[in-house]
Amino acid sequence: MNIPLSYSFRNLLTRRLTTFLTASGMAMVVFVFAATLMLTDGLQKTLIETGSPDNVVIIRKGAQTEVQSGVERLQTSIVASQPEIAIGQDGSCLMAREMVVLINLPKRGSNKPANVVIRGIGAHSLALRPQVKLIEGRMPRPGSAEIIAGLSLSGRFQGTGIGEHLRFGMREWRVVGIFEAGNTGFNSEIWGDADQLMQAFRRPVYSSLLFRLADVTQFAAVKERLEGDPRLTVEAKLEPRYYLDQSEAMAKFLRILGITLTIIFSLGATIGAMITMYAAVANRVSEIGTLRAIGFQRSSILAAFLFESLLLGLVGGVAGVFAASFMQLITISTMNWQTFSELAFSFSLTPTTVLQSLGFSLVMGFVGGVIPALRASRMSIVDALH
Amino acid sequence: MTVEREMEVRLKDVCKSYQRGSQQVPVLEKISFEIARGEFLALMGPSGSGKSTLLNLLAGIDKVDSGTITIGGCEITTLGDSELADWRAASVGFIFQFYNLIPVLTAYENIELPLLLTCLSRRERREHVLAALEVVNLTDRMDHRPSQLSGGQQQRVAIARAIITDPAILVADEPTGDLDRVSAGEILNLMDHLVRESGKTIIMVTHDPRAAEKAHIVRHLEKGILLES
Amino acid sequence: MFMLKLIIRNSFRHKLRSLLTVTGVAVAILAFGLLRTLVGLWYLGVESSSSTRLVSRNAISLVFSLPLSYKERIRQVTGVTRVGAMNWFGGVYITEKNFFPNFAIEPLPLFDLYPEFKVSNEEKKAFLLDRQGAVVGRKLAKKFGWKVGDRVVLKGTIFPGQWEFTIRAIYHGAQRSTDETQFFFSWEYLNETLKRTIPRRANQAGIYVVGVANPERAAEISQNIDTIFKNSLAETMTETEKAFQLSFVSMTEAIMVAIQIVSYVVIVIIMVVAANTMAMTARERLSEYATMKSLGFKWLHITTVIFGESLFIAMTGGVAGVLLTFPAANIIERELAQFFPVFHVTPTTTLLQLLAAFLVGTIAALFPSWRGSTITIADGLRRVG
Repeated sequence: MNIPLSYSFRNLLTRRLTTFLTASGMAMVVFVFAATLMLTDGLQKTLIETGSPDNVVIIRKGAQTEVQSGVERLQTSIVASQPEIAIGQDGSCLMAREMVVLINLPKRGSNKPANVVIRGIGAHSLALRPQVKLIEGRMPRPGSAEIIAGLSLSGRFQGTGIGEHLRFGMREWRVVGIFEAGNTGFNSEIWGDADQLMQAFRRPVYSSLLFRLADVTQFAAVKERLEGDPRLTVEAKLEPRYYLDQSEAMAKFLRILGITLTIIFSLGATIGAMITMYAAVANRVSEIGTLRAIGFQRSSILAAFLFESLLLGLVGGVAGVFAASFMQLITISTMNWQTFSELAFSFSLTPTTVLQSLGFSLVMGFVGGVIPALRASRMSIVDALH
Repeated sequence: MTVEREMEVRLKDVCKSYQRGSQQVPVLEKISFEIARGEFLALMGPSGSGKSTLLNLLAGIDKVDSGTITIGGCEITTLGDSELADWRAASVGFIFQFYNLIPVLTAYENIELPLLLTCLSRRERREHVLAALEVVNLTDRMDHRPSQLSGGQQQRVAIARAIITDPAILVADEPTGDLDRVSAGEILNLMDHLVRESGKTIIMVTHDPRAAEKAHIVRHLEKGILLES
Repeated sequence: MFMLKLIIRNSFRHKLRSLLTVTGVAVAILAFGLLRTLVGLWYLGVESSSSTRLVSRNAISLVFSLPLSYKERIRQVTGVTRVGAMNWFGGVYITEKNFFPNFAIEPLPLFDLYPEFKVSNEEKKAFLLDRQGAVVGRKLAKKFGWKVGDRVVLKGTIFPGQWEFTIRAIYHGAQRSTDETQFFFSWEYLNETLKRTIPRRANQAGIYVVGVANPERAAEISQNIDTIFKNSLAETMTETEKAFQLSFVSMTEAIMVAIQIVSYVVIVIIMVVAANTMAMTARERLSEYATMKSLGFKWLHITTVIFGESLFIAMTGGVAGVLLTFPAANIIERELAQFFPVFHVTPTTTLLQLLAAFLVGTIAALFPSWRGSTITIADGLRRVG
């Protein structure tokens, strides 16, 4: 014989203020929990989507990022001669020689400077990155001082809107187009002609090479050959791996910070639930005695109070996730320590995060409720009725 | 008694009603009566007859809708909240059915409580409390907390607290309602003693016929109307 | 006096409930303190920077260098006392997990520019004499068990190759907040090696650290330096060390703002928990408040009792949280030294913690006091039994 669930539910309704306060405490913890998961997910998603699975990035051995890397012209032609590289529609190798540097740009409004990636692109750069689409204006003409800006960048930095100018390398650069690159890191970059930019920055070497494999299963063989070639001092990485590595430190930092905070915070909220449930038991001693006298089992009492506490947790969890879902509207832009460059990413709410958050709220409800519920179930009928 | 006694309590056309939902429910209708000083009055009546409401009005913890109440020459129906609190502290002693002692304070401290609102020194307060403990015969229990006392003892502490400021009137709401026969008898004797020896005026609400027997006057309330005695 | 007695006895009435609340407040105040300290650390570089140091870098961005020829021209600017070339080396010791900041800097001006790095005279001499010598911070040396005379190899990331150094000196910070986890070696060693291996990258300084005699003239001197190189291939951007550090900090500001917000969230959470405790407590005692009122006590007395209890519980938790913060900070400083070179709790943080606890106690008491002081005696008494 079980006590109907509506008993637990109505008891929560009766003590409205206490229920509200306890659930909001838990909601805030769930909010922080969900928000940090969403932030890490958003960061990873941005950087993973930046890479295409059959693209290979070549950088100098030991350099962790394109900015630190340098690949001599002679070396690029050795890489270009690899037979595994896919052939494009025009019959040439699908490979781009690129140059990547950081420039300091002031933000619109706040005037605070941030490091922005400027990428010198080759003929195939766009073809190798199908996620990048020009949405306004046109591509830069080869051999001209023209540049295009990523969508999430152009709104936030001075001089990066279409038709505006940027000055660097003793030249004026005109923004002739805006490109959109979905959720990827390219969205925070400026692109221009590689040769023009190398001239302006007086850089004789490329930063990185990017090529597509005709068959991605050949990667291990290509990697072994390139890294073993005594004429080359390079490292080959699949593009998704390359970007994942770049986000590792930041993702780890966010994850550790998030987990630590959530654990500490959940202590507070669980204590809150425990206080509430202890009071609920204390206020209803004679009620418990009556229920037992009518013939309900100890286990039914235990279940009723535990259910009440779980319900309390769930209410908090749902409220927390609901509030956190609005965080998806927010874009965070910060410096990635590994690349020293500006990176914009959004909070991303995945079904896993929703389930984890709700599960977490139930755990808080359970931990907070189990001891008071046990106490309620262990009362002797005689004592309880007195 | 032939001597014209001074009237301690005077009620004139007191009306009181409560809001229940959208309805106005009359509780007391045009109650008028007088109680002389040193009188022991029992108010009886069925549940919902308005006797507790009447007691609350007399004690200054509830307000009339219309009419006047004059106690010891003071028209309390004209007083504001703060003045009323001061008046209560000086002029009324309360005795409740469930004693209403503060559980974290000892018997001594509970009795001392009303004196903290006066400007008496610590030593003077002690003298008063010890005297009151003497009256209720609980000197040996003064350091016990309410949970360590029996119901009758707790009610005696409550009586001591009620008389500590030497108020002219005592109001008692079912003082024996939660007590066994023997304890109830003790409490009633104590109240009787207070009327005879200290000249207190007591107004008591009760269901208990034996309690009513101790009173000098018994009045019956029914549906908000005072029956003629 | 009596009120105090009543407040304290009331606080101990529900021992378990009070204990749980105190624990909750203590944990929240501890978390708040640690988060505040973390945010403070972010700005540590800014705060410990000297006002007599300027930094000249390439105006395009930090990844671009400045020619070595600039050094003499900067030195000739009026008001400049010293100039030192410096490069962020970005070397890795064994694995990337062992991160610590490492720089190549000209050895001669190093100790003059950075008087906060205390080194004994013999060690200083030994460092100046050894081109492959290195000066490391006390905490860094302790972490890896390095002693003077040890050989250390860093793997270059920006400058390819295996770089070998001999530790010649270990510096102590002049202040508690001085970063003792840095690694410096001779800039000439870097430059001479580059001349052989990558000649096009030789004779280039990452930044110039510029010492000035009079900090009040810093703005003027910065401008004078930048004017010299205007319209050249490598224009300079000169600012105070503080502004330079701040530009780094502001780039990761979003994360710091998030942590700051979160540090307030924990206080709000515990505020809600404490408010709940006080609301339950007050509800259970409404009849007592009514009794006190019937005896002539006024709303102010009731409010005092409720506020007193709420503040007593919150402040007990707050003080416990503050006391726990110090050992916790010590553990963090010891165990997580590579992330947090110093983890020092400032008096401001302690004050803020106590203030937060006070706020928690006050807010938690608001609703119950209002309820306790406005309930009519007749209503309150009806709740008996």
